[in-house]
Amino acid sequence: MITVKELTKKYARTVAVDHISFEVQKGQIVGFLGPNGAGKTTTMRMLTCFLPPTAGGATVAGFDVLEQPLEVKKRIGYLPETPPLYPEMETGEYLEFVGRLKGLSGADLVKRVDYVCERCAINDVKTKLLGKLSKGYRQRVGLAQAIIHNPDVLILDEPTAGLDPKQINETRELIKGLAGDHTIILSTHILPEVEQTCEQVIIINKGKLVATDSVHNLQNRARGGESVLIEIAGRNGALDKSEVENRLQQIAGVGRAEFKTSHGNRNIFFIESQKGFVRGDLARAIVESGWDLNELRPAAMSLEEIFLQLTGAEAVEATKEAQ
Amino acid sequence: MRNVWIIWRKELRSYFVSPIAYLLVTMFAVVFGFFFWNALGYFVLMGMEQQMRGRSFPMNLNEQVIRPLLSNVAVIGLFVIPMITMRLFAEEKRSGTIELLTTSPIRDIEIILGKWFAAVTLYACMLLFTGLNFLFLFKYGNPDWKPLAIAYLGLLLQASGMLAIGTFISTLTKNQIIAGATTFGVLLMLWVLEWVSGYESATWAQVLGYMSVTTHFDSFAKGVLDTKDAIYYLTLIFAGLFFTARSMESLRWRS
Repeated sequence: MITVKELTKKYARTVAVDHISFEVQKGQIVGFLGPNGAGKTTTMRMLTCFLPPTAGGATVAGFDVLEQPLEVKKRIGYLPETPPLYPEMETGEYLEFVGRLKGLSGADLVKRVDYVCERCAINDVKTKLLGKLSKGYRQRVGLAQAIIHNPDVLILDEPTAGLDPKQINETRELIKGLAGDHTIILSTHILPEVEQTCEQVIIINKGKLVATDSVHNLQNRARGGESVLIEIAGRNGALDKSEVENRLQQIAGVGRAEFKTSHGNRNIFFIESQKGFVRGDLARAIVESGWDLNELRPAAMSLEEIFLQLTGAEAVEATKEAQ
Repeated sequence: MRNVWIIWRKELRSYFVSPIAYLLVTMFAVVFGFFFWNALGYFVLMGMEQQMRGRSFPMNLNEQVIRPLLSNVAVIGLFVIPMITMRLFAEEKRSGTIELLTTSPIRDIEIILGKWFAAVTLYACMLLFTGLNFLFLFKYGNPDWKPLAIAYLGLLLQASGMLAIGTFISTLTKNQIIAGATTFGVLLMLWVLEWVSGYESATWAQVLGYMSVTTHFDSFAKGVLDTKDAIYYLTLIFAGLFFTARSMESLRWRS
């Protein structure tokens, strides 16, 4: 649906986007992740034909952003960081105006306006002035204007920025609900958002592409082998922790076995394998040694840790501050 | 063409839902009414003098009221036009709505034409109100309507050119005040350029004099449709809109 090749944007002194290439398949939700100033907005603006690239190019639904901008624009719905609303317009007439801009008219227009109002739950503010809407409603009207012409591709720039937690959740659900009909790229600097809403992640930092993969693969890739948390109890209520560590360390493939915490007789150990699955061997070894195996579960690495690995600590600090 | 119409409607609407349009139309009507009253008062005085002295000069409403009156309309335009055009692009740039327009399947030129047409329409509304004054002239006198119509055409052309310049300047900044003040300065310069021709007759002075927006109105005020002057105003419109288009393009490369 979207193909980006060696896309570059240079300003007078800085390179905002540096030879980025990626592809997005039809119907996917892709998270565009990076700290503030990483070049997310610039990339999105080039995809929407708002900015022309300095070098490289991109195609959306088979149309080149430089050669056939009008065709691209017909197929894209775009929600900029601040929703582009005219404060002196009413919600309903604003959506009609945008619909007309995107080429709708007549009964079609009326139908689509009704549909997006329903979909984005803004029916109750249809006759209100946009300037008087709350932040959450403004964001939803922004989303409504982006999908009014039923575009193939939706580009959302920080759709949840500045909303309260309840509104964030509503917006995320709304976006997830839209995924079936549209290919969606959403940018964010909030990591859990990507884990919760996206299938695919594109991570950029300082204008450069750091990683692009599915959320699942990315977690595996950064991990190398697998990490497992095990809860073990000793038979008589006592357990020699270093003995356990030593025993588990001896198993082939285990890179690190470490005692974490204990609550009474419940001792948690963290095991990291160098490669491949070691859960079976671990379980066998524990039982054979005469300990009780209470729990064994994979310790999934959070995207935050992956992000840290990929972009360096500095970026995550910035992210945390921004949150 | 359909897109121009969509933008035109939106712009005109935003003029008329806010107090801007009403304020400007009222201001224009009041100031013009005062001009009219003065011109007429002077005309009446001259008529009475003639009767008292028993002499009779030819009296002509077109020559003695309409022509000097309409020549002065550009003065009001000078103040009103920056207020009409300053928001056109500056406001959209500040609020970010320009991103909506430029990422919609619509050409830059359609956006520009729509906005400029809306400004011209608003100005035409103002002129329409001034027409009410002339109804009295037609009721109590017998002026010739053809020169009046040509003079109005000239006023509209003149304003359209100045509005095009204002539209261009509005693309240069996010700040409406700056756009308005700059437009006022530029229009004022175009207005007073003719002064040089008063004391200097070298070629450069003639060129400067030719560039002035006021000198070209003289023929229209007389009721003469002179192609040379019409072409001047059309050139002004074209240049203004052309620069607007270039400026919008460069906006993308710079921002």
